Amino acid sequence: MANIPDLTRRRLLGTIAAAPLLGSAMGWAQQVRPATRAIPSSGEAVPLIGLGSWITFNVGHDRVARDARAEVMRAFFQAGGRLIDSSPMYGSAQEVIGYGLKKIGRPADLFAADKVWISDGEAGRAQMEASRRLWGIPRFDLMQVHNLLAWQAHLPTLFAMKAAGQLRYVGITTSHGRRHGDMAQIMAGQPIDFVQLTYNLVDREVEQRLLPLARERGIAVIVNRPFQQGSLIRRLERHSLPPWATEIDCSSWAQFALKFIISHPAVTCAIPATTRVDHVRENMGAATGRQPDQAMRARMAAFVARL
Amino acid sequence: MSEWWTYGLRDLLMFSAQTYYRLFELYNRDLWPSQLLALVLGVAVLALWRRGGERAGRAIALILAVCWLWIAWGFHWQRYASINLAAGYFALAFVVQALLLVWLGVLRGRLTPVPATRLQQRAGLGLLLFALLVFPLIGPLLGRSWTQAEVFGMAPDPTALATLGVLLFAGGRPAWGLFPIPVAWCLLSGATLWAMESPDFAVAPLAALLALVLAAGGALRRARAGRSIG
Ligand SMILES: NC(=O)c1ccc[n+]([C@@H]2O[C@H](COP(=O)([O-])OP(=O)(O)OC[C@H]3O[C@@H](n4cnc5c(N)ncnc54)[C@H](OP(=O)(O)O)[C@@H]3O)[C@@H](O)[C@H]2O)c1
Repeated sequence: MANIPDLTRRRLLGTIAAAPLLGSAMGWAQQVRPATRAIPSSGEAVPLIGLGSWITFNVGHDRVARDARAEVMRAFFQAGGRLIDSSPMYGSAQEVIGYGLKKIGRPADLFAADKVWISDGEAGRAQMEASRRLWGIPRFDLMQVHNLLAWQAHLPTLFAMKAAGQLRYVGITTSHGRRHGDMAQIMAGQPIDFVQLTYNLVDREVEQRLLPLARERGIAVIVNRPFQQGSLIRRLERHSLPPWATEIDCSSWAQFALKFIISHPAVTCAIPATTRVDHVRENMGAATGRQPDQAMRARMAAFVARL
Repeated sequence: MSEWWTYGLRDLLMFSAQTYYRLFELYNRDLWPSQLLALVLGVAVLALWRRGGERAGRAIALILAVCWLWIAWGFHWQRYASINLAAGYFALAFVVQALLLVWLGVLRGRLTPVPATRLQQRAGLGLLLFALLVFPLIGPLLGRSWTQAEVFGMAPDPTALATLGVLLFAGGRPAWGLFPIPVAWCLLSGATLWAMESPDFAVAPLAALLALVLAAGGALRRARAGRSIG
């Protein structure tokens, strides 16, 4: 059993999810698959939790750390994860993702999301090609204009690449609540498939305008900084979880924070970043079990605001 | 990055403290026992300073130039650049400092040990000893592994501090052109450590600013003394 390549094992586990008896007979823990949401422009379903790579995957040439990140990816895929997000701005992160994919085997359903981040529009294609090589994949699924940098120059290129089958989806990103006016304008005027923005229990400005607009325009939403780069979790962990967290199957603050985000109907997926296998499993767990309804979401936000 | 000035310092930090210190650990491991050679160079700077004279000053400048050049290549370019997109610029700045040391120190002999004041002399020696012997111990004392120690001649911070020490005791007429890069480096390094929440973030910036103040004070005194004589 230990000799079964992990990719095969993962596929087996996928099959086994539908055959619980066989699973338990063979002594494997039954895998609960994460809930998914459809990308509005295509109907393709993606798991509600993805994986970020800012800081966590920027480990340079450090072999030990690279292997540790490969294990995070393995656990992520084993738990049913698909979407990984990176950028040329993240130092060695793309290369480390590529290392991991090579080491553990690239799952057939990987959803590779990257960004173009360069002020010279002409240089966009070369940068995306360099990124693709670092990941070691035939093409990206999603290419986003990072922080709207030179978006006027990059978007036509991205649409052309999508038309030529070199990409599947086009998007734009922001974070920290920046340039929401520009985001709204692009969402209203350009045929983009995805937006990426910051949304969490305390940074909720996007509820006013961008999230409703995304629903209205049929644009998928990727949520970054779900834990405010960890500081939100560190603050929350000083308090105990409210007993009613069990009503939405939360066993940790991380799951509490993630369930709040992914239960918003406009959100397609959240992309927490982590260096730890136990954390990636915990985060994937947020896409399973009961999800909060409107009333519960309001209660969650109010509870955190009072802490 | 668009609107980068609206980001906090902590938002700009692109690696974790763990990754940063691992960089020194792997560097030390891969280059052992070069640390001993670096220590010999450091002790040579001390010995030359004790000997005094113009030739000693030129030799000190040459040693420092070699160290700055090495760090530009061996540390910034080869290693730090793998986790920090700005490290290519740091490498360039370190090359410039090496060239300045050759020009002002080796060719023009501006590093001759003649301290302007007794305070400068003591502070210069203190800073040099601190950079050589105390700085590498800070990390281990704070609970980081000794394998991650930052040593003179190999790591940028102690090398910048040692250079400032040398500049202090060569203070007859301060070679001002040799100050900006080490001081700027110490401030930048302090900011990086602060963003990583390293408790020792203030050490290099404070030491560098102290050196700058003492050098300016010494220059001022000399100028006044010169005026009263003249
Ligand atoms: N403009 C943009 O396009 C933009 C901007 C920001 C972010 N992003 C994307 O969004 C991703 C996520 O944002 P982020 O990385 O800034 O921050 P984040 O996901 O909010 O937080 C990451 C931090 O949370 C901790 N964490 C993760 N899971 C945890 C758990 N279960 N329990 C406790 N702590 C946990 C991690 O520490 P451990 O390693 O200890 O788990 C890590 O330090 C980025 O990686 C990036 O891909 C894009």
